[in-house]
Amino acid sequence: MALLSIHQYLTTYLVFGAMLFSLGVYGLVTRKTLIGMLIAAELMLAGVSINFMSFNRFLAPDPSVGQIFTLFIMAIAAAEAAIGLSIVVAVYRQFKTVDAEELVNLKG
Amino acid sequence: MTPVPPPTLFSADGMVGLVFLIMIGVTLTGGIIAATAERLIRALSGIVICFTGVAGFYYFLNSPFMAMMQILIYVGAICVTISFAIMLAAPEEKLKKSPTNLLSGPIGFMIAALIFAAMTMLALKTDWQASAKIASGSVREIGIHLLTTYSMVFELISIVLLIAIIGSIVIARGGRN
Repeated sequence: MALLSIHQYLTTYLVFGAMLFSLGVYGLVTRKTLIGMLIAAELMLAGVSINFMSFNRFLAPDPSVGQIFTLFIMAIAAAEAAIGLSIVVAVYRQFKTVDAEELVNLKG
Repeated sequence: MTPVPPPTLFSADGMVGLVFLIMIGVTLTGGIIAATAERLIRALSGIVICFTGVAGFYYFLNSPFMAMMQILIYVGAICVTISFAIMLAAPEEKLKKSPTNLLSGPIGFMIAALIFAAMTMLALKTDWQASAKIASGSVREIGIHLLTTYSMVFELISIVLLIAIIGSIVIARGGRN
């Protein structure tokens, strides 16, 4: 049962982080609403954080540096979510929709 | 990394591996729901499941501190904020078929698949060189690093968070009568 010991290898975590990242890319290009795009962007950030944490666990000489970096990514993600969602609320108040296709002011 | 014989299912290591496989399944399911669900509130539930699974990954990566931070910040703060935004800004979901743009069909899927294939090839082909550990990465060391080596970044990130909070209040308040 070689499948039961895959959690000891770096490649597992890297492939899984790539999987989450590309799911986020797929959501980002297919979503129609702004909130859906924001959710997909959070998914991409989760994939990036998994990459950082796995390099930190397996390769880095000092394993606290990657954790600190991931903590900073989380803080940036929190700031991004707060700003992005307040922009979504402001856009909704202006346009009465959050559909990205209908947010056109200058189109003739 | 360690050339030990693979464990059987009914041993401690085998159970750890089984938990890991279940966790991969749960996290992937959550991610797929988050990326593809039609209704936004279902996508939000999917991303909650996905983030909880990612916290489990952090446990496997020797960092229970980051696992707790993940649940506290992502599940506890960001997802709740997104749910407030869904309640405030997406009252009715008509699910109408608006004209699809170029990227939303198979081309978007192909772009994501290409990115995944490229990164997987990169992860598999590269000969990763592990270096010798000079520290253990405990919570105590993280705290010492945050207050000595990375103290400037720590202060900057708190200023960024403060500005983000004030700015989001200002943006969301504007245009209100």
